[in-house]
This record gives sequence, C-alpha cells and structure tokens, in this order.
Amino acid sequence: MQWEVVIGLEIHTQLATQSKIFSGSATTFGSEPNTQASLVDLGMPGVLPVLNQEAVRMACMFGLAIDAEIGKRNVFARKNYFYPDLPKGYQISQMDLPIVGKGHLDIALEDGTIKRIGVTRAHLEEDAGKSLHEDFSGSTGIDLNRAGTPLLEIVSEPDMRSAKEAVAYVKAIHALVRYLGICDGNMAEGSLRCDCNVSIRPKGQTEFGTRCEIKNVNSFRFIERAINSEIQRQIDLIEDGGKVIQETRLYDPNKDETRSMRSKEEANDYRYFPDPDLLPVVIEDSFLETIRAGLPELPPQKVERFQSQYGLSAYDANVLASSREQADYFEQVVKIGGDAKLAANWVMVELGSLLNKLGIEIDQSPVSAEQLGGMLLRIRDNTISGKIAKTVFEAMAAGEGDADSIIESKGLKQVTDTGAIDKMLDEMLAANAEQVEQYRAADEAKRGKMFGFFVGQAMKASKGKANPGQVNQLLKAKLEG
Amino acid sequence: MHQLTLAEIARGLADKSFSSEELTGALLARIKQLDPQLNSFISVTEELALGQARAADARRAAGETGTLLGAPIAHKDLFCTNGVRTSCGSKMLDNFKAPYDATVVAKLAEAGMVTLGKTNMDEFAMGSANESSHYGAVKNPWNLEHVPGGSSGGSAAAVAARLLPVTTGTDTGGSIRQPAALTNLTGLKPTYGRVSRWGMIAYASSLDQGGPLARTAEDCALLLQGMAGFDAKDSTSIDEPVPDYSANLNASLQGLRIGLPKEYFGAGLDPRIAELVQASVKELEKLGAVVKEISLPNMQHAIPAYYVIAPAEASSNLSRFDGVRFGYRCEEPKDLTDLYKRSRGEGFGAEVQRRIMVGTYALSAGYYDAYYVKAQQIRRLIKNDFMAAFEGVDLILGPTTPNPAWKLGAKSSDPVAAYLEDVYTITANLAGLPGLSMPAGFVDGLPVGVQLLAPYFQEGRLLNVAHRYQQVTDWHTRAPNGF
Repeated sequence: MQWEVVIGLEIHTQLATQSKIFSGSATTFGSEPNTQASLVDLGMPGVLPVLNQEAVRMACMFGLAIDAEIGKRNVFARKNYFYPDLPKGYQISQMDLPIVGKGHLDIALEDGTIKRIGVTRAHLEEDAGKSLHEDFSGSTGIDLNRAGTPLLEIVSEPDMRSAKEAVAYVKAIHALVRYLGICDGNMAEGSLRCDCNVSIRPKGQTEFGTRCEIKNVNSFRFIERAINSEIQRQIDLIEDGGKVIQETRLYDPNKDETRSMRSKEEANDYRYFPDPDLLPVVIEDSFLETIRAGLPELPPQKVERFQSQYGLSAYDANVLASSREQADYFEQVVKIGGDAKLAANWVMVELGSLLNKLGIEIDQSPVSAEQLGGMLLRIRDNTISGKIAKTVFEAMAAGEGDADSIIESKGLKQVTDTGAIDKMLDEMLAANAEQVEQYRAADEAKRGKMFGFFVGQAMKASKGKANPGQVNQLLKAKLEG
Repeated sequence: MHQLTLAEIARGLADKSFSSEELTGALLARIKQLDPQLNSFISVTEELALGQARAADARRAAGETGTLLGAPIAHKDLFCTNGVRTSCGSKMLDNFKAPYDATVVAKLAEAGMVTLGKTNMDEFAMGSANESSHYGAVKNPWNLEHVPGGSSGGSAAAVAARLLPVTTGTDTGGSIRQPAALTNLTGLKPTYGRVSRWGMIAYASSLDQGGPLARTAEDCALLLQGMAGFDAKDSTSIDEPVPDYSANLNASLQGLRIGLPKEYFGAGLDPRIAELVQASVKELEKLGAVVKEISLPNMQHAIPAYYVIAPAEASSNLSRFDGVRFGYRCEEPKDLTDLYKRSRGEGFGAEVQRRIMVGTYALSAGYYDAYYVKAQQIRRLIKNDFMAAFEGVDLILGPTTPNPAWKLGAKSSDPVAAYLEDVYTITANLAGLPGLSMPAGFVDGLPVGVQLLAPYFQEGRLLNVAHRYQQVTDWHTRAPNGF
C-alpha cells in the first residue's frame, strides 16, 4: 500500500517582550528559580492580570507578515485545568476570537519548488511555569519564572506531506519570527516549541486518517526524527491490521520512538470561557497601519531581491535569506567586497562550514563581514588566489587580524612577475624532464590530463603564490614549444 | 463616642474634641466587650489600629487635614491586608497572611483610616445569611436569633451594633445591600468598575464590586470618596473622574422621576414590606419626586442567570486554592490528585463546594451553550431592560429584600430558598449598575430596606436621594437594644 502522510503543526513561540504578558515581571531566561515571579505570576488571592500591549503588537506583526486577517475584537479566555506549575488553575489564552486569523507562508522545498502552507490561526496566551523533578529527593520543585511569559501559538493547516516539509515550515516560521524580532528563536531554551499532528492515509484517499499529536518537540532534527518514527509506527500498526487511536504522544530521542502520554478519553475538558478580568481588546486600523509601515523586509521579498539585485540563484538566495543575521552579513560582505556571487560562495561554503564546525551562529562568527569583504577585495585585485584565500580565511578565523595584515605578515602576496614565474617554471620542468617527454609524445586527450600535473607542480613550487592564470599561459607555451 | 457617625467623627477629630488614639481605644474596648455576642469580626487588629491611630494623630498635629484621617474602619475579610490574615471566611485561607494590600485597603490607609480589624463573611462571599463562614455565623444585633444577611454580614452587624461607624463590603448579588437592609444600614454597591478589585479576593469577577456600609448616606458618601477611582492594576476598572459625592447630598429632589417596577411588587414579597416601600415613596413625593410605574420584563430570569454566571466564574477563580502555594494543605497527601482532592475537599465548606460543582458543570463541554451562553444572553436582556427604563426615569425604587431577616438556620437546608432572597438585588450586579439600600422601617422589630438603583456612575444621585430621605425620616437613627 502507498501511504500519504498528513502533518499539521502547532508552534509555540515565546514573544521577546521585556515583561510578562499579564504582569510586570521580567522574562529573562535562566534566572534563579522564582526570582521572576510576582504576586500575579504566583496566582495570589486577589491579584488581577493587565495585558502587556507589546505582546499584542508583536502578534499583529506576525499576522501582517503572513498576510492574515487580524482579529479586530480580541477576547481572552480561561483554559481551566489543574497542574502545580499552573498557579491560577487556569491558563489565560484565546479560544473563539484569536488575534491572528487565516494566513499563509511559502516554504522552499529541496527540489527548488515553492509550497504554500496555510496558517489556521495564531493566538496569544501565557506560558506555564516549570516542574523540576530532579534535585528534590522525591519531591517536585516548581519554578514560576516562566509562568506568564507571552506565547504566540501558531496553528498550521494539515498541509505538510513529509517530515522534511514540516521541518522546512518550522524553519520558515523560525526565520520569520526572528526577522520580525518578536522571538529569539532559541529552541534549546524553549523559545520555540512544536507540537506535531501526524496521520497517514492511503494515497488517493481524501478523508484524513486518525491523527496523533507529538507534544513539545524542540529542535529541527528531533521534529524530523519524531515525525518519521511516528509515521513508521502508524504504517506498521495499520499494516499489521491495527488501528491508530487519537492520542497525545511524547518523542524519546534516545530510543528514537514516540510513546503514548494520554488518550483522547483522558483528555481534559478545559471549560473555556471569556476571562472576566480582562476586557476585549479592540485593534484599530491605524494601529495596524503603523505596524505595517514598520515591518522589516521579510524573507520572500529578500529572496526575490537577492536574485534580481545580485543575480543569485533561487537556491543561494533562499539559503542566504534563511536568517536575518546571515542575510545582513552577506550584504555587508558584498558592500565591501563588491562581488555578490563570490561573497555568496564564501558565506555559504567556507564560513558556513567554519560555523558548523564551531557550532555557533553567524552573529558570533569569529570572522566579521568587514574582514571577509576585505579579503574578497584582495582576491579580486589578484593580490591572492582563491586557494591562498583559504589560508588567509583560516588565519582570520584564528583571530590573527584582517586580510591585508595577514597577507603581509605571512608573505602570501601572489607572484605576478612574469620573469619570476618563467624562471620557476623552467626549474620545475627541468626537474620533471621525463614527464615533459611523455607529455610531448602524448595525444591531445592525454595531454589535457597531464597538463594538470604540471600546474600542480608549479603551484607547489611557488607555495601557491604564483598567479594561476599566468602559470597556465606560460606553461602551455613552454610545453607546446 | 461609639454613637458617632463618620461625619461626626471627622468633625470631632478636626476640632480636637478627641484624638484618633482615644477613639480607637474606646472602639476596640467596645468590640472586645460586645462582639462575642455577634461574631462580626474574624480578626481584631489592635496593634495595627493603635499604631495607625497614633500615626494619624501625628499627621494631624503636623497640620494635615482630611475627612478620613484618624477615622476607624474594618474591612470585609476578603480585602487583602498586608501582613494580616485574610481568610475569606474559609478554612482554606485560615493560615493566609496577605503579602500585599488591596487597592481599597491601601487607599483608605493612605487617607489615614485606622483598621480595627477584618469582618466576618460568608465563605468566599457565597451566601446571604452569613452562616457559611468557617468562623461561625454572625448574629443580627436587632435580634440575636436572626441572621444579619450576607455575605457582608460581619461588616453590617458591626456597624449596626455601633462597634464602629463604617466598614467595607463587597456585593456580587446583593452582599452589601441585603445585609444593610436586614440590619438597618445604608449600603452602596457602586457601578461595576468604580472601585478597584485589585486585592479583593474574587468570587465572581464580572459581578463583584466593593462598597461602603454605614448608618447614613452621608457616611457612605465620605467612605466611597476614599474607595473609588481608576486603578491601572484592575483592567475592568473604569477611568472616569470621581465626583465629590458629598457635594450634592442636599440637592433638591424636585421633579426627580422615580420608577417603580411592577414586577417588584408581585408574589413572594412580604406585604408589610410592600407597605413600607410605598410609605417611603410617599415621603419622596413630598420632597418633590414624581413616581411612575415601569416594567423590567426579564427580571424573572435574573436568579437563574446569576446562579449560572457566578458559580461558573467562581469555579475558575477558586482553582488557585489547590494546596500547592498557600492556604490549606491536607495532611500527608499520597500523590498530586490526593493533594488536590483532599486539600480542596477539606478546605472548602459545603456551599462553596456546591457552587464550584454547579459552575464546573455549567462550563463543561456540551453544556456551555445551554447554560453559560444562555445566561450571558439573559444578562444582556436585563441590562437592556434597565437602559430602556432609564430613558423615562432617573431612579428605580423597590424593596431590597422580599422578607426581613430570618432565623438562623431557617434556610440553611434549602439553598434555593436562600437564593430567592437575592431577587431584587441581583439585577444591578448583572447589569453593572449602582444600587443603594436605606432603612425604611421595621417589621416584627426587624429592619426593612428600600433599594434605589441609578444609571451608571450616578452614585451621587443615589446618595442625594437617600440623604434627603434621611433628613425627613429617622429610621436610620434607630439603634438595636443593647447596642
């Protein structure tokens, strides 16, 4: 049987407000437990919530960026359930009238095609605290620092058909919220978390299969692995004559499997109702227009511009625009270095693998955009070859200064003096007299291959500093002669 | 000294006839002597009071003036008071010392009022007899075998017994006006949003409103002046300027249009109360008011709507009492579910548990539309009835309660009978309107109240009418025997 996979995602993004959504407490990550928990966050008797307007503004930015309708009249609702890290016994969220309505986001697939993913809605809510199960000798500790941190829960349509598409969508959301500056995107700290709804159906069938929800997956890699392992579990189950039951599951990365957390029957009845402590929030058109006017250039526009302005391929433009920091870095390199294609290559290939190796993000890069741009200038004016540039780049990465001083101190300046190159080639050919004989005896096809050998020897002899163009030209003349 | 009203105390303190410390000492002694009969206080904050009294005297000596400076007050025990037990009349919060002041408490303390203590109340403000308190029932000073009304029963009994001149109360379905009526006081429930709810432990958030209890309308005006105002910490508080409530107390009632809802005078109303209400109408007519009959056709639906909305909100508001961070925690919980079940089962009394269950049911999947949504629709209809009525009248008048105070225990086995006592008061909460109850006579030696309702933010008009009425009647000056 051919199976089709259907995936919908709920992404919880922590909004990067200075204070919490309903109290004045700070939202800094990693503080001592309960040092950022005010009377309101503790759910003390008699306290009342006051909405942080900044969270509303950020949610509107997101809505406008995905072309969604913004709810003119917003109602906060209480979602009631008991849990020790939920101090009030209810979470303030939105139910019937969310702030962001239907919108969409385009994702670039690996085959170069673009797919549009629908966003059903996005609503504001407060985060819960954390239960700490270690270090309390059998008891559970409660840290309410996170309680009340604003979240934007982004719910997609079931539009994704593979784990790869799901990851591409999460990456696109991740890039977007960072472009907008409304979320730091730090998945390790839980700033962006994902619930994955997964079902399968026979290819060609129109109705959906029974879905399972994998809760709280917090890295791109785990999202892909969790979904794939869940797909396999569902296929195995059905092909063995079983049935998928609707339930919530957890992904265990160590065993690479999902396991049941609770079934639909055990699910809470959250008894949503409008929170009487908060008045409906009315969003005026003028407020939205101000936000719209202040929106930064977003990934789709940036990709388009990179192609038209710099002549980059769609793929390169997409990779470079995948984060605001990378795009900005690239443009800074171009501004100094002048050659966009060369800059794109260096940013994506050499810098990319360096950052990867170091496990850091581009904003922490040891080589600044100014340094890299300065080095490209030296490639372009033939001071160094592309090969020597790698040596220069490594030195810059090691903190040895900018390109010019490294070229100077290490004596990496390219040799362009025809006389010097001529002399060096003569010495090299003399040392390889046998090969020269063979070359001259060979046919055209063989010669092509052997020519590379001489170029290699020449570059080696000059320690890479000889201008490769000149070497080619002179060598050809000498061998043919 | 205990016979003095707040206005008289203000004058006495201003002309140095007595100091706040003297007054406070005298009232504390009187509370100690008489309250055991009434049980109107849960906590008497003697040290706090004497300290505040001395501070107030010092402020006055330094030249400060102010009507409330040095005057005594007691707060219903759901107003959080920093460092003082704030119990809500519940075992659940018997061990809870509030870590902050409610806005009302803070404002009155800043104005220099002296907190004598925290008054008894129905548990979590749920009740109209003050019999559901963990600290025992409050007795009506007019007849110790009768209830004082609720849920602000302690606040009412204390003022009626002249233990102090004024107290704060809260009114969710009549909890200021009904005990005021049953103990011969003037009690005012302000417009929803007029008085901050920050620090006022919630029963039903969309209905709760704090307000003053006093013997006279004049005193209510003085105390409300100190309580009212916008508070950024309460999102439902309304940013509307606070008028001088004492300025128009003596304004003429000439031409004032009073509406009598015909639905108020049907079955269920004690005919003797109906007569007293009519007599009060005659007095107001003599003062120049014009009376006409009006209709509030949806009034009959108010009690069912209230008993869906209030418990629904309460079921959620009271979820925070879970034994985890504060309040009562059961002994030796064996797991989390056991901790929740027993802490709440043991910490909450029967009426609170009943309302939590009713409210949980009303919000449950499959019932929400039939109960909660329907009740909210009724609420809108009731509000519309009032809006239509206020097109033609300036004030609505009727009985505050259908019956005078009943005997302790008489209705405790029949909650619905007790709920019906709220029939005249609940609509003002559902609509968010201001309402006032004032003394209007006696039946079998028990006080009877007349209720006045006005359009939004017309507290001044209510106080004006009640004050003019109190200038020509003496019901409000009568004191219970032995007090």
